[in-house]
Amino acid sequence: MNNGYIITMNIQDFIDNFASQFDDTDETVFTAETKFKQLDEWSSLTALSIIAMVDDEYDVIIKGNDIINSETIQDLFNVVEKQVH
Amino acid sequence: MDNVFNPFSLENKTILVTGASSGIGQATAVACARMGADVVITGRNAERLQRTSDMMPNGAKSQEVADLTNPDDLKRLVAAMPALDGAVLCAGNSTTLPLQFGSREKFDGMFDVNFFAPVELLRLLYKKKVLNKGGSVVLIASIGGTHSFMPGNGVYGASKAALNSVMKYAAREYAARKVRVNSICPGMVDTPLIHRGTITEEQLAEDAKRYPLGRYGLPDDIANGAIYLLSDASCWLTGHDLVIDGGFSI
Repeated sequence: MNNGYIITMNIQDFIDNFASQFDDTDETVFTAETKFKQLDEWSSLTALSIIAMVDDEYDVIIKGNDIINSETIQDLFNVVEKQVH
Repeated sequence: MDNVFNPFSLENKTILVTGASSGIGQATAVACARMGADVVITGRNAERLQRTSDMMPNGAKSQEVADLTNPDDLKRLVAAMPALDGAVLCAGNSTTLPLQFGSREKFDGMFDVNFFAPVELLRLLYKKKVLNKGGSVVLIASIGGTHSFMPGNGVYGASKAALNSVMKYAAREYAARKVRVNSICPGMVDTPLIHRGTITEEQLAEDAKRYPLGRYGLPDDIANGAIYLLSDASCWLTGHDLVIDGGFSI
């Protein structure tokens, strides 16, 4: 939620934004504990979409390695939250 | 040495290289100097330009710090130019972005650097007759957008495809003064641009294996193509996009 100057990150919004980058995986699959790279639909293009979504929604630039090093959606949320301004 | 057959010599030619502070531009500037040219280099950072000059046998003919996306810098650069026999427009940027995130803002940012800046520079070099008759211009385009359409490269590829299109029109029109205009379309070249982390080093290493010749390009691989296009060896070649990509687009 953007309340003017400070973006406060909410895990459920993040999960929703994350899930939006998928086309064939049911939304109910996505939780904070989802090991997203194990999903059938996961691809290098999905990774690029996640990076672009984080830039768009949170104004944070993450790298490919941030995705590689995150196992769950919560892990990636933590990476983004640290850099949000 | 005078008797050595060398149709690729750049002796007695003055050549401008943009984006000369790193990557393909730096390698091209140094290679042109080693082939005997007087080289004018431009880039955004004085310190890095000096480093490029230091790599040349006798240093650069001159160094101009300029951001080509800034209209005042661009005009100042053109005004400072000696008569040129060649120009290699290397300054550029890249982005990896799925098309659904390619907003007008993202396209504008990429087109400002990769399309509008070199096109305006090319226009002024010709209009103000900075380019000598019989001169040669080389634009650095890409296989992206013309020969290859990899996911995530749309915004970048479109800017390079547009540049390649202008190259062909300029080749037709500038032939009036026997000015040749060609482009080089490289595959992935190992420069600082590709190591910004959107694509991991592991993914890059894996991707490089997909090139028939087994590796990404080196800046010198592209510089050598530019030497050919600048030299009299290519004096009957214009409007050509020279693909140098290790066989990737076959």
